[in-house]
Amino acid sequence: MSKEKKSQTVQTTGHAWDGDIQEFNNPLPTWWIWGFYITVVFAIVYWFLYPAWPVGDSYTKGMGNTVEYTTKEGEVVVTHWTTRALYQKEMQAAREQQAVQLAKYSKLSFDEIKKDDAMRAYAISVAKVLFADNCAACHQPGGAGLISMYPSLVDDDWIWGSDYKQIETSIRSGRKGVMPSFSKTLNEKQIDDVAYYVLNYSSKQNDFARVKNGKEIFNTNCAACHTQKGIGNIQLGAANLTDKIWTVAGITAKMKDKDKINSIKQVIKNGIAREMPGWENRFSDLEIKMLTFYVNELGSKQ
Amino acid sequence: MKHETIETHAGILIVLTLIVISIGGLVEILPLYFIDDTVEEVKVDGIESVRPYTPLELRGRDLYQREGCYTCHSQMIRPFRDEKLRYGHYSLAAESKYDHPFQWGSKRTGPDLARVGGKYSNEWHVQHLVNPRSTVKESIMPNYGWFLENPLQFNDIADRMRALKLVGVPYSETQAEYELNIKNFGKEVANQLDITQAEANLIEQAVSKNYDGYIAEITEMDAMVAYLQVLGTMVDFKQFDDGYFATFR
Repeated sequence: MSKEKKSQTVQTTGHAWDGDIQEFNNPLPTWWIWGFYITVVFAIVYWFLYPAWPVGDSYTKGMGNTVEYTTKEGEVVVTHWTTRALYQKEMQAAREQQAVQLAKYSKLSFDEIKKDDAMRAYAISVAKVLFADNCAACHQPGGAGLISMYPSLVDDDWIWGSDYKQIETSIRSGRKGVMPSFSKTLNEKQIDDVAYYVLNYSSKQNDFARVKNGKEIFNTNCAACHTQKGIGNIQLGAANLTDKIWTVAGITAKMKDKDKINSIKQVIKNGIAREMPGWENRFSDLEIKMLTFYVNELGSKQ
Repeated sequence: MKHETIETHAGILIVLTLIVISIGGLVEILPLYFIDDTVEEVKVDGIESVRPYTPLELRGRDLYQREGCYTCHSQMIRPFRDEKLRYGHYSLAAESKYDHPFQWGSKRTGPDLARVGGKYSNEWHVQHLVNPRSTVKESIMPNYGWFLENPLQFNDIADRMRALKLVGVPYSETQAEYELNIKNFGKEVANQLDITQAEANLIEQAVSKNYDGYIAEITEMDAMVAYLQVLGTMVDFKQFDDGYFATFR
C-alpha cells in the first residue's frame, strides 16, 4: 500500500483549522495501550502492598510486607517495609556472618594474632580496606606518607611511639604536633647555627665553632622537647633528630648539606602545627584493634 | 468544556496546563509537610542536635555553592551497608533541615561529603583544596587556589542570615527569638545564631580556629574549611540506640 493511499483511510479528529488544515487521529499501537493499562494495574496493586498514600499525619503502610530485624542491643523489631528496616537487616546479617571470626579477635592479644598466620592475614586484610578508605588520604596508599607533611608509617621512626598501646592512642584520640616558630626568638645567625648543629646529629659536620654555638642555642631552646641528646620525646611527639629519617623537614638522602640545612631552617622558622584527627567515633573497638595491629606491622619493629 | 474551546483560548489552556502538571508535585511533595515522621526527632537531653550553620560556616556553604561542588560531590549517604562502611551512618532528613537548598546532589564524581567533617585535619583540607593531587595522586578534582588568595567578604553576612530566616531557619533577631534558641539549642549555639552578633561571631571563629593557617587575614579558605569540618558532625550517633532512626520510616 502506498503512503498516499494509506493516509486516505486514516480518520481525522474532525477539526478544520484555517478552513482546510485537518488533524489525523492515529490510534496508538495495541501493545502500547496494553502496556499502559498494565502499569495502571501494577500501581494499584503496589498501593496495597507497599507504603503509598498519605493519610493525615501518617501514611498507608501496605500489607504483607513486614521486615523483621534485631538491633545491636538485641531488640527484635517487626515493621512494615522501609529501606531503613532493610538496612538494619543487612547490617544484622553482616554482623552475624562475621560474629564468629571477630569474636576470636576480641579475645586475642596482639602477640597472639601475630603468631597465628591465618589470624594475622585476616586482620591485615580487614585493616587494609579500612586504611585505604580512611587513612590513605594523608598517609598515602600503603602508608608511605608524604615527606614533610604526613608521617610515613613504613619507616623506622615513630614520632608518637610504635608499641600497640601508643598506636592505639594515636588512632583513637588523634595527635597534635606542635612546635613553636623561632623566627622571633632567634636571629638569622642563631637559626643558621642551630640548624647546623641539628644536622650534625645525623651526619657529622666540620665547623666546630658553629657546632658549639649551635649546641648552646639548642640546649636552651630545643632540648626541653627534643632532649639534649636530640633523641626526641614520644610523649610530646618531638622527633628524634639523631637518625637519618626526617619526619618534618623535607630532606632526602640525595640532598646536599647546604639544602638540608635550609630545610631544617624552614622548620625552625615556621614551626609546626599539624594535626591528626581522632577516629574513636568512626571506628568500632575491633576495627581500631585491627588497624593498630596493621600499622604496627607496616613499620619495622624497634 | 469542548476540546476546541480549550485549544483556541490561550489563557484557559495555560491555566489548565499548570493545574495538570502541578498534580505530580502536589501529590508527592505536599503530604510530606504533614506527615509526622518525615523529619526525625534528634534531641539529646532536650537539646536539638542539628543546628543552623554559624556565620562562618554559612559563608563556607555559600562558597560550596558558588564553586558548584555539588555537581561532583553528593551529601547523601544512602541506607546501604557498603555506604555505611565507606562514609558512615546514613544521612538523616533532620541533618538537611536547615539547608536551603539542600546539598544532596545527584552525582558522585568525587566521594560523598555528608560526613567529611573531622575526618581530615584543617591543614589537609587547605593543602587538598589548593592542589588535590598533592595528597591524593589519582584525584581529578580541579585546584581551588583562590580560596587562599581571596579575602572573605562578609559585610553582608547579616542579610544572608535574614534571607534564610525568611524560609524558616531559626536565626534570631529579637530577644524572644534568642531565648527560644537558648531553649532549643543551648546558650552557646544560640549566641552563634544571633543575627545582631553575626559579624563579630564570624571574625571570632575564623581568628580563634584559624582554619587556613594564616593569621593575618580571614580568607575564603577559612569559611570553606569551617563548613567542611562541620558536615555530618552534629548528630552523635552513639547517643541513640541502633535502629532508632529506622522507626521514623
